[in-house]
Amino acid sequence: MANPLKCDLCSKPATVHLTQIVNNKVHKMDLCEACAQAKGVTDPGGFSLADLLMKASLNPEAGPAAPAGVKCGQCGFSQLDFKKHGRFGCPACYETFRTLVEPMLDTMHNGTTHAGKVPTRALERKSLYDRLTKLELDLTEAIKSERYEDAARARDEINQVKQAFKPDAAR
Amino acid sequence: MTINALIDSPSELTDSSSARTAIVLMTRIRLARNLAGQPFPGWAKPAQREATLKACRAAVAGTAPMKRAFNLGIAELSDLERQILVERHLISRELSGAKGGAGVVISKDQTFSVMLNEEDHLRIQVLRSGFNLKKAWNAINDLDTSLEESLDFAFSPTLGYLTACPTNLGTGMRASAMMHLPALVISNQMEKIVRAVNQLGMVVRGLFGEGSDASGSIFQISNQTTLGESEEDILKRLSSVLQSIVENERNAREKLLEADAGKLLDKIGRAYGILQNSHVLSSSEAMNLLSLIRLGVDLGIFPDASRSLIDRLFIEAQPGHLQHAQKGEFEPGQRDVLRAARVRAEFANFSRPDVNFTNQEKN
Repeated sequence: MANPLKCDLCSKPATVHLTQIVNNKVHKMDLCEACAQAKGVTDPGGFSLADLLMKASLNPEAGPAAPAGVKCGQCGFSQLDFKKHGRFGCPACYETFRTLVEPMLDTMHNGTTHAGKVPTRALERKSLYDRLTKLELDLTEAIKSERYEDAARARDEINQVKQAFKPDAAR
Repeated sequence: MTINALIDSPSELTDSSSARTAIVLMTRIRLARNLAGQPFPGWAKPAQREATLKACRAAVAGTAPMKRAFNLGIAELSDLERQILVERHLISRELSGAKGGAGVVISKDQTFSVMLNEEDHLRIQVLRSGFNLKKAWNAINDLDTSLEESLDFAFSPTLGYLTACPTNLGTGMRASAMMHLPALVISNQMEKIVRAVNQLGMVVRGLFGEGSDASGSIFQISNQTTLGESEEDILKRLSSVLQSIVENERNAREKLLEADAGKLLDKIGRAYGILQNSHVLSSSEAMNLLSLIRLGVDLGIFPDASRSLIDRLFIEAQPGHLQHAQKGEFEPGQRDVLRAARVRAEFANFSRPDVNFTNQEKN
């Protein structure tokens, strides 16, 4: 192959390919000789899958696949490229490959929603976004309880907020 | 050349040792940031890399901590110079292997460094001696905020700062402490510690990060996850893990002394003898022996003031620094001879072990 698979841990060429089923989910990993040895993969008794799951979840095949052949409109990056590099092409890839990223985050991180620092430029965007989320919730609740006047008000406000979003605003 | 000035000037890492840095040698925090709308460095075309490099370089150089900073292009540095920067923890191994369109800006006092076009457009790093997560966070937070004024960072309200690798999403923050844990190593407890630390969502690595060994009983402990918690919460969690490792190391030292002080003194005494008299010394042997002397300092066997010499040698016995001091490139075998000579000279006037020491660990 022109572009051999890279080790999920250190990105040297992978020679050990591992498949395990945990909780009815298939986890696949590609490792180089050194990492496989270091992690004790070659020694089934001493191999701790829990330590590896974090990195294993990087593997796109572990999650539901994005529609085949999808490329990032911004940078031309594909899902196969992600499999090869373990990195995305540009910030917009996170939107393009959302279905691929979301299931990964659960095992990779301690939560799936950002709770830290927000750059000032994005603050305005974030407050609009929070407002939008709340209004959409209001709208569904209003419709559910047949409060149609409230629903109409929420709908109008939603349209206003959407107008305020810059067209290129990242989600 | 500017890099000579950098190497010859004192740094936070090599010149600020004290009892305060006994177990936690230094604290480091890095933030991963990217420019909105630009491909990440690994996927960018050469022209795009040059453009982001230029924009970031100008922005970084314009911040207050980077006044009169070292502003270096990786391609313009020799292999040896890059290696020296890696040994000082100012650039990563990955950046040192970069070809074109990569750079680093290092503050005059070497406490801040911003790598440009490594895995992300910017990798902002701050380094503080001792156990100082809060101070380090305040410093890096300020620098990041001032960069924001001139750069538009890629950010999503749900995923936080967008990074090339999804493992850095959210805060983009990796905080770490470099710890000297000789007693845990001697008493074979490190494996247990590593497992426990992993379960708490933290990672243990060797002195030079991923894939490096833990020669000199020096380990880096850092947070694994970056998304879902605020920076303060991550630091709080890391801090309590570090605290408990310090506790464990203290207990292990106590136990070693209780169980067989003679055996420990023998190890330290032999290390002293070899460092003072050897003529061929590999890098890892030097690290391991220096580590024992450092333990001796902590225990009161050697004067407290000698800790800074050990910490300096930890860095200066590395291949890059050694070759720079000797003004040439040498084969590994020749380096081992040079290293031994350097260490012998430093240890010629090093005070003898005080065998009637009283353990100063209790504080």
